[in-house]
Amino acid sequence: MGIPLLQVEGLRVAVEGKEILRGVDLALYPGQVHALMGPNGSGKSTLAYALMGHPKYRVTGGRILLKGEEITTATPDERARKGLFLAFQYPVAIPGVSMLNLLRTAAKAIQGQEAPAVQLRRRLRQQASLLQMDEAFLQRYVNDGFSGGEKKRAEVFQMTVLQPAVAVLDETDSGLDIDALRVVAGAINAFASPTNAILLITHYQRILRYVRPHVVHVLVDGRIVRSGGPEVAEDLEARGYQGVLEEVRRQESMKGGE
Amino acid sequence: MTTTRPQIDLGTYKYGFRDEERYVYKAKPGLSRRVVEEISDIKGEPQWMREFRLRALEIFLQKPMPTWGADLSAIDFNQIHYYVKPVERQGHTWDEVPEYIKRTFERLGIPEAERKFLAGVGAQYESEVVYHSLREDLKKKGVIFVDTDTAVREYPDLVRRFFGTVIPPADNKFAALNSAVWSGGSFIYVPPGVRVEIPLQAYFRINAEAMGQFERTLIIADEGSFVHYVEGCTAPVYSRDSLHSAVVELVAMRGARLRYTTIQNWSLNVYNLVTKRAVAYEEAVVEWIDANLGSKVTMKYPSVFLMGKGARGDILSVAFANTGQHQDAGGKAIHAAPYTSSTIISKSISKGGGRTSYRGLLKIYEGAKGAKSMVRCDALILDPFSRSDTYPSIEVEEEDVSIGHEAVVAKISEEQLFYLMSRGLPETEAMAMVVNGFIEPFVKTLPMEYAVEMNRLIELQLSGAVG
Repeated sequence: MGIPLLQVEGLRVAVEGKEILRGVDLALYPGQVHALMGPNGSGKSTLAYALMGHPKYRVTGGRILLKGEEITTATPDERARKGLFLAFQYPVAIPGVSMLNLLRTAAKAIQGQEAPAVQLRRRLRQQASLLQMDEAFLQRYVNDGFSGGEKKRAEVFQMTVLQPAVAVLDETDSGLDIDALRVVAGAINAFASPTNAILLITHYQRILRYVRPHVVHVLVDGRIVRSGGPEVAEDLEARGYQGVLEEVRRQESMKGGE
Repeated sequence: MTTTRPQIDLGTYKYGFRDEERYVYKAKPGLSRRVVEEISDIKGEPQWMREFRLRALEIFLQKPMPTWGADLSAIDFNQIHYYVKPVERQGHTWDEVPEYIKRTFERLGIPEAERKFLAGVGAQYESEVVYHSLREDLKKKGVIFVDTDTAVREYPDLVRRFFGTVIPPADNKFAALNSAVWSGGSFIYVPPGVRVEIPLQAYFRINAEAMGQFERTLIIADEGSFVHYVEGCTAPVYSRDSLHSAVVELVAMRGARLRYTTIQNWSLNVYNLVTKRAVAYEEAVVEWIDANLGSKVTMKYPSVFLMGKGARGDILSVAFANTGQHQDAGGKAIHAAPYTSSTIISKSISKGGGRTSYRGLLKIYEGAKGAKSMVRCDALILDPFSRSDTYPSIEVEEEDVSIGHEAVVAKISEEQLFYLMSRGLPETEAMAMVVNGFIEPFVKTLPMEYAVEMNRLIELQLSGAVG
């Protein structure tokens, strides 16, 4: 399988002095979709922010590698230029900056040169129609006055335009109605390729019916307590986080007793 | 997202170059009756103007320094050269302008802009307008666009009718100073029904050290006419301070529309103390679009007096204060007639210890029924060393009015920077994008060429790089 596109080793992250992630390991190989599930407060979004390098999320241990290269201390823009992308759960509005302007500037920053305007336009149009978005949205200000669903679509849209090697999607499914969910899932599937990898962070199993993960992880209290195939998600759905958690605790206490 | 201590970096100011002084006449520093008479003599003015100046001088000497705004205590009126005449006569082609002055304006891009997108250009260097042109077709329609000294000679009736009526010398200390020693500036008259679709521009350049530039601009848009006037200004970087104190009077007659755009980019040793006021008669529209990027201290509050039914005034101002700068700016709308409307939008950005203040007045007189006004000031503070204050003042004497007022002070959000950086933009580029977005409502009112220049100036201000 070669080297992982994204590798996380023993990652510990603290926010304002409080440790949230307590040793997380992940390895996403080319062509893989991983789902990371977990209850509220388990540290899912912390992982997303830490991977992207948010300054408030301080790495206190472990490391992050992108395509084999360590990026643990890289700035967010360096990470983006190396091929990492984060679809935000709550993307912030940038009034006065059009989506088109953002994408043109981002594409230039990431690809190191300005794409010919015609080519960029064509790609934008294609991806917009794939996400069933009106092209007029390119003239709107970034996330400004967007509905919840529009924001999520716009995040996925940016991913498909910028074509990162590794995309982290932070609860992209939450707040989408079933029709929008199908459309967004379709775009994610169209984006997935043997040369990239996706980390799908979600609270619910719902989106996994449309985007099939190769590996499912369950994050509880800042640690991955279970990893496995799609059956892990189904098990979660059946028993709930509480059920899985109790089982994990049982196993741990048994281990402790040996 | 590191914050560094502010450092003076004059290197980002790209217009700081200077020419050697080769002047026809340069007044000795300091202000006196004699200096005022000298200026009047050199100009060969009519008696009424000479008397106007001398009366204004008395008022200037009597009035105390204003203490309610920015700190002006370091201005030394005795150190300033009040009049500097660079050339014998004005050119109407660039070839008639002395080579070294022409080169300066070429470096500032003026002749090129003129060829590309302007209908007329005035270029003032020190105290005098050294170049002036207006397209033939506009001349034929009766449009007048000359420097104000020429206007006093050639259009005495028009000038006497309006000069000093919108801003009398006694208005404030610096209006009095200007009235005493004024020189240059633009005079525009647009006849009834004539629309000047392409902007007219004036460019003001201070070159000498410790120089005072006191241009005087008067624009009259006659009934149903339209004109857009743009002014820009720069100066070299010196250790001794210069003073720029202009007076700008606008008159929009019934149904006229007058748009006045300023991109002020003085060097950091210029005190910029300007009085700008417009009167708008019935159904007339006046728009002040005012950007203050440069100068050490700016105090400027473009005003509109809405004198006729249905008149409208829009004031849109942008201020950027970097290290060592205080931009005290805003706007005033005075409603003195029914169904008048106004908007005052102020956007300010402070960085590196810079300070911005919004100071504004909304006044609605009794009887101005159905008046509408919206005042909004947004301040963006880019680091913990910088500062922004608002001093809004609202006086309403009429009950049947609709008023909105909103003031928002925002720190540049870490989340916005992180978001843009996560899209591959380095921190300074991300910051420039947020700031340019912030002033977008202003930039989109500019002709395209100025909009591009404006965004570039903002990036330069934020880059912190030398060169």
